[in-house]
Amino acid sequence: MTRIDKKPPHSGDGGRTASVTVRGLVKHYGETKALDGVDLDVHEGTVMGVLGPNGAGKTTLVRCLSTLITPDSGTAFVAGYDVAKQPRQLRRVIGLTGQYAAVDEKLSGRENLYMIGRLLDLSRKESRSRADALLERFSLTDAATRPAKTYSGGMRRRLDLAASMIGSPAVLYLDEPTTGLDPRTRNEVWSEVKRMVGDGVTVLLTTQYMEEAEQLADELTVIDRGKVIAGGAIDDLKAKVGGRTLRIRPADPLELRPLAAALDDMGLTGLATSTVDAEAGAVLVPILSDEQLTAVVGAVTARGITIGSIATELPSLDEVFLSITGQKASAPQDDTRTSELEGAAV
Amino acid sequence: MSAATLTPPLNLEADSRISLRSHIRHTGALVRRNLLWIRQDPESMFDAVLMPIVFTLLFVYVFGGSIGQALGGGQDQYVQYVVPGMMAMMSMNIAMAVGTGFNQDFQNGIMDRFRTLPIGQGSVLFAKIVVELMRLLIATTIMMIVGILVGFDITNWPGLFAAVGLTALFGTSIMWIFLVLGVVMKSAQAVQGMGFLVLMPLQFGSSIFAPTQSMPGWLQAFTDYNPLSSLADSARGLMVGGPVTHDVWVTVIWSAVLTLVMAPIAIHKFRTKN
Repeated sequence: MTRIDKKPPHSGDGGRTASVTVRGLVKHYGETKALDGVDLDVHEGTVMGVLGPNGAGKTTLVRCLSTLITPDSGTAFVAGYDVAKQPRQLRRVIGLTGQYAAVDEKLSGRENLYMIGRLLDLSRKESRSRADALLERFSLTDAATRPAKTYSGGMRRRLDLAASMIGSPAVLYLDEPTTGLDPRTRNEVWSEVKRMVGDGVTVLLTTQYMEEAEQLADELTVIDRGKVIAGGAIDDLKAKVGGRTLRIRPADPLELRPLAAALDDMGLTGLATSTVDAEAGAVLVPILSDEQLTAVVGAVTARGITIGSIATELPSLDEVFLSITGQKASAPQDDTRTSELEGAAV
Repeated sequence: MSAATLTPPLNLEADSRISLRSHIRHTGALVRRNLLWIRQDPESMFDAVLMPIVFTLLFVYVFGGSIGQALGGGQDQYVQYVVPGMMAMMSMNIAMAVGTGFNQDFQNGIMDRFRTLPIGQGSVLFAKIVVELMRLLIATTIMMIVGILVGFDITNWPGLFAAVGLTALFGTSIMWIFLVLGVVMKSAQAVQGMGFLVLMPLQFGSSIFAPTQSMPGWLQAFTDYNPLSSLADSARGLMVGGPVTHDVWVTVIWSAVLTLVMAPIAIHKFRTKN
C-alpha cells in the first residue's frame, strides 16, 4: 500500500480531540418527542453503542450530530465544533453511513468514491488513488467499474463505508450499519468496522442488536422514547442484564410460579432476579456461565419440577429493557437470536 | 494495510468559507455525476432528443394548414409562427425534468451524503441546472434543425443566438421553481403531476401555438401577462423580424425576478430539509 497522505491524523482544529459531547438535546416532530433531553459522551478513539428499539430516537440523534437536522434545544459538540454554529467545519471531520446506503446507484463504485474525493477538495490524482486504495481495502476492486445498483446488499454497505472513509473522518457515525443484512454479510461489515476502530476513529454506532453492540462497542447508551435510560461500560451493563438468558418452560404450566420461586431461592446470579413470561409459560433467568446453567438445571430437578424445554438466549433488546426498566421496549422487536438446547421454547 | 491510508488528506485549518474555485470544482464533480448518468441510462435523453422532433412535426402538419390559413397564408406561414414558439415550450418541458430527477435523489440516501459534506449546498442545485441547460440546448438545437427541414426560414441569424440565450435564461428561472417543488414534494410523481397541471395552461394559454387575437377577452388578459407569450414573441421577433424590445425586456425581467426569488428558496429548503 502506498502512502497517499502527508498530514498527521486528526490534527483537528488546534489539537482538539475527536470526541462527541451532547447535552440536553431535544428534537420534536409535532407532538412526538424524537429526542427528549439526551446527554451523551463519546471519548476519543472509542466506540459508543447507542442501543434502542425502532423509533427510540437513534436516527434523529445521528441526523442532529451530522448537521442534517437542527435540534430544537440543547448543545452538541463534535471534535470541538458546535453542531448548530459550525456545521461546515464539523462536516470536514465526520463520516456517516446510514441505514440506506448513501451511494449513487447509477455510478460505478470507483466513480462514487472519485466524486466524493473531488467534493472533499482532493486533486484529481489524489481522488483517483484514494478511491482505488479504498476499493482495495473494502474488497471491491473487482466490482470497481460496475454500477452500484448491481452490487449485493453487503457490497453496497461496504461501498457506503468506503465513501464515508474518503475524508478520513475523525468521527464516524454508523446508523444501524447491519440492519437488513444476512448474518454472513453482517460479519463482513463488523470486521470492517473493527478495522476502522483499530485505526483510531471515534465511532458512534446505533443498533437494535445487543449482539452488535457487544461485538463493536466499548460503551453503551440505551435510549427509548428519546430518553437515555441506561449507560455505561458494556461489561457492566451486560452483568446487570446477565450475559445470557436462560428460558425454562415447566412441563406443567401450573408449576410456573413454583419454578420462579425456586430460581429466586437459589440466589444464583445475585445480579438480576428471574422474570416470569406468563404468556409463553416460561421463566427467564440471567446466567453468566455454563456452570450456572448446570446448577440451575440441577436445582430445578431437585425440586421435582419437570422441565418441558430449556433454551439460552443472548439478551435481546427486550430483555435489556426488561431488566433495566421492568418494561417492554416501546416498539416491537423483530429479532431474538436463540440458541436452543432442547425442545422449542420460544 | 497500515494506518497511513487513513490519515486525513483534508486541510482542517482551512477557512470555513468556501472559495469560488471550490464551488466551481464541487459543481463540476456533480455535473460529471449527472453526465455519467446519461451514459449509464441513455433513455433519460429521450425527452430532450425526441420531444422536439415529435412536437415540431405534429404541430406543423396537424395544425399548420388551418392555422396558417387563418394567418393569411398556409403551412409555411405557420412554420414561421410556431417554430420560435416551440422554443419557449422547450424551456418549460425540459425544466420539469429537473424537479423529478432532484426528487428521486432524495428517495435514496445520496442526498444525505451530499448534505454532510463540507461543500456549499448550492453546488448540488447548480449542478442540476447546468446539466438541464445542456439538455435544453440539445433539445433546442434538434428542434431548430427539424424546423429548418420543414421550411423554417431564419431571416436574422444573430437573432437565433439571442433567442436561444433568452430561452436558456427563462428556462433557468423555471428550473429553480421545479427545484423547489422537487425538494418540497413527497414523490417524483407528485412533482410531475404538479408540473403538468401548471405547464399545460401556461403553454396553451399563450401565444406559443396560435395568435391570441381570436381568444376571448378574459383569456387574452391571461396570455398577455403570461411570460411564455413574451418569450415566444421575442423569439419570433428576433429570428424572423418584427418589434422585440418590449417582449425581450418583459422576458428578462420575469426571468430575473423568478430566479432571484426562487433560487434562495430552493437552496434554503434544500439546506433545511429534515
